[in-house]
Amino acid sequence: MRLAYLIPLGLFLFFAGLAGYMLTQPKEQNVPSQMIEQPLPDFTLEPALEGMPGATKADFVGGEPRLLNIWASWCLPCIAEAPHLERLKQEGVEIIGVAVRDRPEAVEDFLSRYGNPYSRIGADDISELMLEIGASGVPETYVIDAAGNIRYQHIGDIREETVPLLLEKLEEAR
Amino acid sequence: MMRLLIALAALLAMPVMAQQGMPPAPYAYTQLDDPALEAEAVELMETLRCLKCQSQSIHDSDAPMAGDMRHQVRSRLLAGESPEQIRAWLTQRYGDYVSYEPQVSSTTWPLFAIPLLLLLVVGLILLRRLGKRRSDEETAV
Repeated sequence: MRLAYLIPLGLFLFFAGLAGYMLTQPKEQNVPSQMIEQPLPDFTLEPALEGMPGATKADFVGGEPRLLNIWASWCLPCIAEAPHLERLKQEGVEIIGVAVRDRPEAVEDFLSRYGNPYSRIGADDISELMLEIGASGVPETYVIDAAGNIRYQHIGDIREETVPLLLEKLEEAR
Repeated sequence: MMRLLIALAALLAMPVMAQQGMPPAPYAYTQLDDPALEAEAVELMETLRCLKCQSQSIHDSDAPMAGDMRHQVRSRLLAGESPEQIRAWLTQRYGDYVSYEPQVSSTTWPLFAIPLLLLLVVGLILLRRLGKRRSDEETAV
């Protein structure tokens, strides 16, 4: 038998092996934003509830780096991250919230139950800001430097071990 | 016990209700008046990936975020942007991942090159075989 006849078999085994290997690899479910190191786009969000200011890009410019926290009152992991946001606030970090597809009374209810670590909360009723900054879910947290650039994205809820990481990223963004 | 279960179920139902209680974006479920523009929108929406339900296109998905993406597609088309401009706007934010239409790039060029290469190889083999048979026939006669 000529050796050339083995080439298709070899190719088949290679692709079957590759497919088998890739199937056993864990799949990355998160879609990372491509907007890291890019300036925050211009935006203006109406207040998400009465008695607190909304959010615009200008609120991120000047002073210290800040956190932009995308959350919602209907989001269960957001309850889990609430105490860790509170800790970040106690460390002196300004956290600007964006409430996604939310109603003022639901936002108010959530804040009275789980605390309010935010200096302002904008309402993103149709995911406009989310799409602008490449966010694909709730919650997500972004480190924004004082020049208004996006420096870091954390996908998912903030856990105890995320707090020092975010403080480090905020320090790097100074 | 039953009452407790009902109370628990009510607790679970609340957040879902809150999310669905919000009205969808204006163009999430509303077609454009211009049928030609709407056809363009559908064609584009079928090739954009829903970020919350990653094996569906935003045209197929009922996720609120897919509705918000459809709103962007329709309102941007209405504002005069081209479908490819809108696709570029999204890939700039989410990477190639958001598009179901592969672009030729440094990582995807083999997808386009290999079929051409295979066709070329098949053509060469056929040419050699057929050419050989013809010359065999000629010598046989």
